Amino acid sequence: MSSTIDATSRLGTLDTLRRGVDLSPELRRGLGVTLGLAALTTAGRVVVPFVVQQTTDHGLLGKNGPDPGLVTRDVLLALVAVVITAACAYAVNVRLFRASEAGLASLRLRGFRHMHDLSMLTQNSERRGSMVSRVTSDVDTISQFVQFGGIILILSLGQIAVATALMLFYSPLLTAVVWLCFVPLLFVIRRFQTIVGRAYTTVRERVGDLLAAVSESVVGAATIRAYGVEERTATRIDEAIEAHRVASIGAQVRSVAAFSSGQLVAGLTLAVVLVVGTVQASAGHLTLGKLLAFLFLVNLFTQPVQQATEILNELQNAVAGWRRVIGVVDTPADVADPGEEGEVLPRGPITVDFEGVSFAYPGGEEVLHDIDLSIAPRSRVAIVGETGSGKSTLAKLLTRLMDPTRGRVLVDGVDLRRVRFSSLRERVVLVPQEGFLFDATLRENVRFGRPGATDDDVRLALTELGLDAWLSGLPQGLATEVGQRGESLSAGERQLVALARAYLADPDLLVLDEATSAVDPSTEVRLQRALEGLTRGRTSIAIAHRLSTAEAADEVVVVDRGRIVERGPHRVLVRQGGVYAALHASWAAQQRG
Amino acid sequence: MSVDVAPSLRRSLGIVAVGIRREPRWFAFAVAGSTVYGVMTVLTAWAIGKVTREQVQPAVAAGHVSAHQLRVIFAWVAGVVLVNVVGVVIRRIAAGFTMYNVAATFRREVTRQYLRLPLSWHHRHPSGQLLSNANADVEATWNVFAPLPMALGVLIMLVAGIVQMVLVDPVMALIGLAVFPALFLANVVFQRSMSPKVSRAQQLRAEVSEVAHESFEAALIVKSMGREDEEARRFEEVTRRLQAANVAVGRTRGTFDPVIEAIPTLGTLAVLAVGARQVASGALQPAAVVQVAYLISVLAFPVRALGWVLGELPRTVVGWDRVDAVLQARGELPYGSAKLQRHGASDSRLEDVDYSYDIVDEDGVESRFQAIHGVSLEVPAGATVALVGPTGSGKSTLTNLTLRLVDPDHGTVSLDGVDLREVRRGGVSEVAALVPQQTFMFDDTVRGNIALGADFDDAQVWQALETAQATAFVRELPHGLDTRVGERGASLSGGQRQRLALARAVIRRPQVLVLDDATSAVDPSVEQAILAALRSSSDGTTVLVVAYRMSTITLADRIVYIEAGRVVDQGSHDELQERCPGYERLVTAYVREAAERAAMAADEEVTA
Ligand SMILES: Nc1ncnc2c1ncn2[C@@H]1O[C@H](COP(=O)(O)OP(=O)(O)OP(=O)(O)O)[C@@H](O)[C@H]1O
Ligand SMILES: Nc1ncnc2c1ncn2[C@@H]1O[C@H](COP(=O)(O)OP(=O)(O)OP(=O)(O)O)[C@@H](O)[C@H]1O
Ligand SMILES: [Mg+2]
Ligand SMILES: [Mg+2]
Repeated sequence: MSSTIDATSRLGTLDTLRRGVDLSPELRRGLGVTLGLAALTTAGRVVVPFVVQQTTDHGLLGKNGPDPGLVTRDVLLALVAVVITAACAYAVNVRLFRASEAGLASLRLRGFRHMHDLSMLTQNSERRGSMVSRVTSDVDTISQFVQFGGIILILSLGQIAVATALMLFYSPLLTAVVWLCFVPLLFVIRRFQTIVGRAYTTVRERVGDLLAAVSESVVGAATIRAYGVEERTATRIDEAIEAHRVASIGAQVRSVAAFSSGQLVAGLTLAVVLVVGTVQASAGHLTLGKLLAFLFLVNLFTQPVQQATEILNELQNAVAGWRRVIGVVDTPADVADPGEEGEVLPRGPITVDFEGVSFAYPGGEEVLHDIDLSIAPRSRVAIVGETGSGKSTLAKLLTRLMDPTRGRVLVDGVDLRRVRFSSLRERVVLVPQEGFLFDATLRENVRFGRPGATDDDVRLALTELGLDAWLSGLPQGLATEVGQRGESLSAGERQLVALARAYLADPDLLVLDEATSAVDPSTEVRLQRALEGLTRGRTSIAIAHRLSTAEAADEVVVVDRGRIVERGPHRVLVRQGGVYAALHASWAAQQRG
Repeated sequence: MSVDVAPSLRRSLGIVAVGIRREPRWFAFAVAGSTVYGVMTVLTAWAIGKVTREQVQPAVAAGHVSAHQLRVIFAWVAGVVLVNVVGVVIRRIAAGFTMYNVAATFRREVTRQYLRLPLSWHHRHPSGQLLSNANADVEATWNVFAPLPMALGVLIMLVAGIVQMVLVDPVMALIGLAVFPALFLANVVFQRSMSPKVSRAQQLRAEVSEVAHESFEAALIVKSMGREDEEARRFEEVTRRLQAANVAVGRTRGTFDPVIEAIPTLGTLAVLAVGARQVASGALQPAAVVQVAYLISVLAFPVRALGWVLGELPRTVVGWDRVDAVLQARGELPYGSAKLQRHGASDSRLEDVDYSYDIVDEDGVESRFQAIHGVSLEVPAGATVALVGPTGSGKSTLTNLTLRLVDPDHGTVSLDGVDLREVRRGGVSEVAALVPQQTFMFDDTVRGNIALGADFDDAQVWQALETAQATAFVRELPHGLDTRVGERGASLSGGQRQRLALARAVIRRPQVLVLDDATSAVDPSVEQAILAALRSSSDGTTVLVVAYRMSTITLADRIVYIEAGRVVDQGSHDELQERCPGYERLVTAYVREAAERAAMAADEEVTA
């Protein structure tokens, strides 16, 4: 059911290019003008040496001795040409930079946005560092080609055509010789393209691995230090660095092979033309002057061919980067937003129903079996059960972070799959077990729950939760920087912020997955009371190992090994002598000590 | 991170020299290859001229050509070309080795710093930025090695050209050589205007990586609160700034390249203009002017190659500054040489310890927040001490101090009487283990996550799992001990992760075991089983446990109650309950709550 992100798209070179340009339409914008200017620049680069040559031939070495007037005129002419050429070159550069940076920015944004649209499980199939590489260095890889390569490639083809036409004019036979020499090269290049492309793809993947390894060492810094496993971590990073180095050099060697084969063929062509030309000239079919002129044209022909082989290597590098980004963009979002067609549910008391829901994680066994559960509006439900029994899985199905393998989850009688995300996220908010705070102020973190909220809203939310005393104890108050992942707060404080954030979002159904597991008991009890008062009229579902939550709930749902084994009010269940009674007995015993 | 606004050429060359010193041999190869290439490029024209004069012309004149002549023609041209190609291959491959080897070396050094620097440093540096330092910045620094050998090789062409010019006519040569000051000037202007732009672009590159990294780490929250659009906007904001910065860089570069290209041509034109006058006045032979003009145009190519290097240098400097900032970062915990003895159980002691965190406010103003005030904490060998206190009171900070994840500002922390600052690197983790409040799993197998590279056999791993009550679920995993747990343990439930973290600690048979609320995601009965197993298996390990549950607390020999970073009271549970109201309120919160609810329920039943 759930897909993984393609390590790299499997599109061919041309399809990748086409798709890449489609994803960055800015690359095409104004391309005609840029090409025109580039052609002018190229022409200028040919014209200027030509004028210089004319000047020396006629002005200095003319039959009637040197002619300073002519020289001055020609020099001025050349000066104008130089200035125009430089101006055009500048314009081309700037236009290319503008278009390519705009295009690549769009590509980054597309990739980034789609990464968030992918389902949770798809996201989990890839390491974060590697995901980062897809919207950073993989995109950077493309820029070299689109900024210089692409246009030079087109101009090179033009130059090859012009040179061929001129050569034909001088000697069709020698032209045929030149092309004959180059035909094998075309095959060689084709072959090399595949090889070089594969090598660059490997490099991109290694970059992803490298970033993932570094990311782990940075995020896990505390654990690494506590266990003194710096050495081992260093070894793991070194392996990634080494693999990247080897892959890069491998790609370099292959691209050098491709490039030098072009250079070799160009040189040998010159030799062959000279030989065949000499035979021709000695037989009187060609004058020596024409032969020498032809040699000059051969250079005009081989130079762009060589340049093209170089740029094709760059192209493969870009394609490798493109493929990684396209790999993301083309991964289907399997838990998709129905969008416009989806239903918008009106706000208000909410009912939730599970109908025959089963769930298996990809490649794993079923962890929830045939769950039927309905939660009445305005009720406060506690879900309890052993670790690994499937409570968080239930919560994730309920908030549609995943879709059930079988059965369906309904909100207000509507299948979750048919509810628009914007509507669903407004009505149902989950505080996940693995909390996360952003590296920003306390204010901004709470406001994440409702982006338009004012300072007063934030403060009010904290007050309503009974956290005002805690807030006023913070030296910087709402301006407190919580640090990366919230690490400048204590674990319990992080949970307080996460809770306030969800509370400010003001959903109709609040799902708390171990949301207060690290908070001290008296604060927890206080929070619970606050929430109880506030959630009256709303529905809330709380997953907790601390059974104080269950005691306070209207109804307790007991999950055991993926099934609901008991449900009912706390008072009833304790007396039933079942799973819950046992759980509660051990909890109560713990409390008394 | 200070960045020179106008780094001198000397400084950038100094950085390049640092790189060369790391890979002198490959660099020498690259330059040698490039030299061959430079010489052969000059020779190609010469060889074609030679065979044309000596073979082609006579043959055409004679009206027939011998096989021998053709062989000579082919051999000369092809030979020169072949050697030239060999030079290019050597140059490029060796340049690749130089560049990637140097980059790998610095990636190793940078990441080694990440492992060496203290946690406080990590708190101040966003992970995304560190990724960028290790990847994009290292790359930016050493990319210069791609064009550098080529530029050095063609210097030969440059020198040869200049010498010839001077030989032809010193005065004309002087005009020709005026292009060099012009080039130098262009370069100075370029470096000056480029450096701040490149520096900005590189900084933004890091910020883009920062936002992406954070946003992807936060993916679950973003999704569950439906904030994808807001995140996309946040990312777009930095991306657009990076775009603008890159365009600014491009604009400067786009100005520099045509100028560098035009300067030699301008030199040629100047020579022609001045030369024509000289020739007219009879001071000079026309051929001399032509030759000098030609030589300058030949020099255009090496000059462009130099331009490529010069164009890369600002990036080199900026990249290096960013990399070097990591390499020069200090604050690494100093280590001594003492080795802690292995024996049954250690005695752990904190004496009059103060600890402050560096904090920044919204505007980036730094200050310090004292989290621990004069705490003395004694955990005698073999004893179990419970640390109790409200949220944010400093318990985790104390556990971190106990294992020297951080050093106190004042006071001492010791194990078996040895000040931890005197213990050698890695010495503390040999005898003590921490199960942190927030578990961290590596993207590895279950076995890998428990052994962490140490030499434990399967039986030991299973035994540790048994103690952590994790045997049952590990057995059910698709590949048992060899199941990969995913990045950060994504494929496990919260309680399962916590139990693996426990197993990771107990397998080391630590002399001091510090449990920081390590069973919060474990259900009560399992917690009981874990504690019982710990007690029976640990032959008198010293335990410092942060806990809220009464059962855990009452297992302790002594309880230390802290509030706001100060020890308020310590003693047995009964003593504290008697005389410490804060403690009493905290630990009986649930019982009181349950009682109140029961009373309320009873009321309801009565009224109903
Ligand atoms: N992403 C995943 N991929 C594969 N298996 C998973 C994944 N997440 C959870 N599981 C497995 O599914 C089962 C249920 O996990 P779940 O997180 O729902 O448990 P839980 O009841 O919330 O436990 P806890 O109390 O420890 O949080 C566990 O056996 C777990 O190993
Ligand atoms: N890296 C940090 N930077 C700044 N302040 C910090 C940092 N870590 C913790 N603090 C502050 O220090 C105080 C003590 O934090 P600590 O994590 O030790 O609390 P704790 O007792 O473990 O709390 P909890 O029960 O919530 O885990 C808190 O006020 C917290 O905000
Ligand atoms: Mg869970
Ligand atoms: Mg803590």
